Amino acid sequence: MSVTGSDLLGILAVGIVSVTALIAMLAGVFLKNSARLVMWLGLAGMAGAFAAAWGTYPSAGTAFGGMILAGGYASFFGMLILCAGILTFLLASDYLRKEGVEYPEFYVMVLFAVSGMMLMSAAADLIIVFLGLEIMSVSLYVLAGFMRRREKSIEASLKYFLLGAFATGFLLYGIALIYGTMGTTDLAGIALRFASAPPPSLFWVGAGLLLGGFAFKVGAVPFHMWVPDVYEGSPTPVSGIMSTGGKAAAFAAFLLVFVKSLGGGGAKVQTLLAIFAALSMVTGAVIAIAQKNLKRMLAYSSIAHAGYMLTGLAAANQLGESGVLYYLVAYTFMNIGTFGVISLIEQAEEKRLEFSDYAGLGLRQPFLGIVMSIFLFSLAGIPPLAGFFGKYYVFAAAVDAHMTWLAIVGVLASVVSVYYYLRVVVFMYFHEGPEGAEVISVPLLGSVALLLSAAGVVGIGVFPSSILSLTGWFF
Amino acid sequence: MVLLDYVPIFIMVSLAGIFGLVLSKASEIFGPKKPNPEKLSTYESGMQPIRTARERFSVKFYLVAMLFILFDVEIVFLYPWAAVVRELRLFGFIEMLIFVAVLLVGYVYILKKGALRWD
Repeated sequence: MSVTGSDLLGILAVGIVSVTALIAMLAGVFLKNSARLVMWLGLAGMAGAFAAAWGTYPSAGTAFGGMILAGGYASFFGMLILCAGILTFLLASDYLRKEGVEYPEFYVMVLFAVSGMMLMSAAADLIIVFLGLEIMSVSLYVLAGFMRRREKSIEASLKYFLLGAFATGFLLYGIALIYGTMGTTDLAGIALRFASAPPPSLFWVGAGLLLGGFAFKVGAVPFHMWVPDVYEGSPTPVSGIMSTGGKAAAFAAFLLVFVKSLGGGGAKVQTLLAIFAALSMVTGAVIAIAQKNLKRMLAYSSIAHAGYMLTGLAAANQLGESGVLYYLVAYTFMNIGTFGVISLIEQAEEKRLEFSDYAGLGLRQPFLGIVMSIFLFSLAGIPPLAGFFGKYYVFAAAVDAHMTWLAIVGVLASVVSVYYYLRVVVFMYFHEGPEGAEVISVPLLGSVALLLSAAGVVGIGVFPSSILSLTGWFF
Repeated sequence: MVLLDYVPIFIMVSLAGIFGLVLSKASEIFGPKKPNPEKLSTYESGMQPIRTARERFSVKFYLVAMLFILFDVEIVFLYPWAAVVRELRLFGFIEMLIFVAVLLVGYVYILKKGALRWD
């Protein structure tokens, strides 16, 4: 047994992120007041990893004896997750200073979380799925409680940890049962056995547990209870990366196991996924209406979006799979952007998080008003922005797979969701702000991140084929 | 049937369980009981308990316990590695070097943070 150069090339991107995280950890503890330095170090590392993922993208294959995917699919998700990481870094530095918790450890933990997400989305073996999931989750548990003097942050961390550990147990038990019935944890091997003979019933118990674990991580009904409290309590940039990078990694592994390996898992699994999808869309959209706190509203909206993405998974056809990948890219840009604007408006002690705090903002601060409107219109699914095409692809896939009812539920839910997204816009432009409301100075890095996200939302909305041509050959 | 091979073990375990239960119950039922305060204390011939054990500990104890577990568990990986290091040759050596280097970074971190300083 030995490691070849191609093995190392296959994990180059995730390797760069991990090594950067280790160096950043030492830099953070040896140098005084090094938070800024660590942030730039992390940004440089992630940019390097992005270049590595881009460079290895054309050569799809596996590395380390078929344990891990290299290039292609893995590179695509690597680049997506690195985008989420870079945007989070840019938005976080000023937010952390405002809240008085600007420590280098924040950036180190985000880097570790990013490396876990990348590993999870590159899994060719159930063990790697588990490994990546744990690296990601443990980092996110810590990040959720990063503001350790704030009660809500601690509550978010504890809730996420307890429920997350339980869900990981589900997932691991599912892996054990699948290993027990199929004799391998290798996804390609499982696919071969699954295709050659009907698996024993115990296999379906394992697959069900695995499904529960994944549904928890993507925040789909009926495993969504943690989402609102955790997104509300976590520091805002953390909610941003949790809802985008974390979701992308979980969906990447979900797709690898259930669609690529099990071919959709048959009609029963597809129906189950469709039910999860419908419940998520309706629950998320309806409960979000009643929210006053913007972070909590976005948490319920995130449940609804998990439902839209699950629609593509339930359809399990080529359009649905590409649609989910497209949706994840679109969702990453628009959701990190929205959380970014919220993190700028938010003041210490969890102030300025309600709808009414946005009154008159669009006229007072034109830049924030315009980018926020772009993100919200995209989340609502209004053409020509990215969110519209994401929904279009997954609903078209559902119709193709003879699940027209699911597409109808989705369209109705997304009509409901327009209400609460546009309500923010209405507050921003059609309500008078309070007398003498202060104008928030927008930091340079934050505005760069918002501009990049807005450009992403508009760009891939106007040219959806740019993403589809990247993902078309994966399936 | 392979399961039949386990029948003797099943009988053995059941007998052991029954034996233990019967003996302890029998001594509880038939044995003489003459309790006094000394006999009822937590450690009859040990130290005098001073106060309740359910009180607040300094968080330092938890920190040290947690760090101990972290570094202790790594030994679990070192033992099997040590058993096969000859067959793995240079590859195994370098792999373990990487593993220990990552651990070392963590150790240096907690050292510099002062997590191991007691006061």
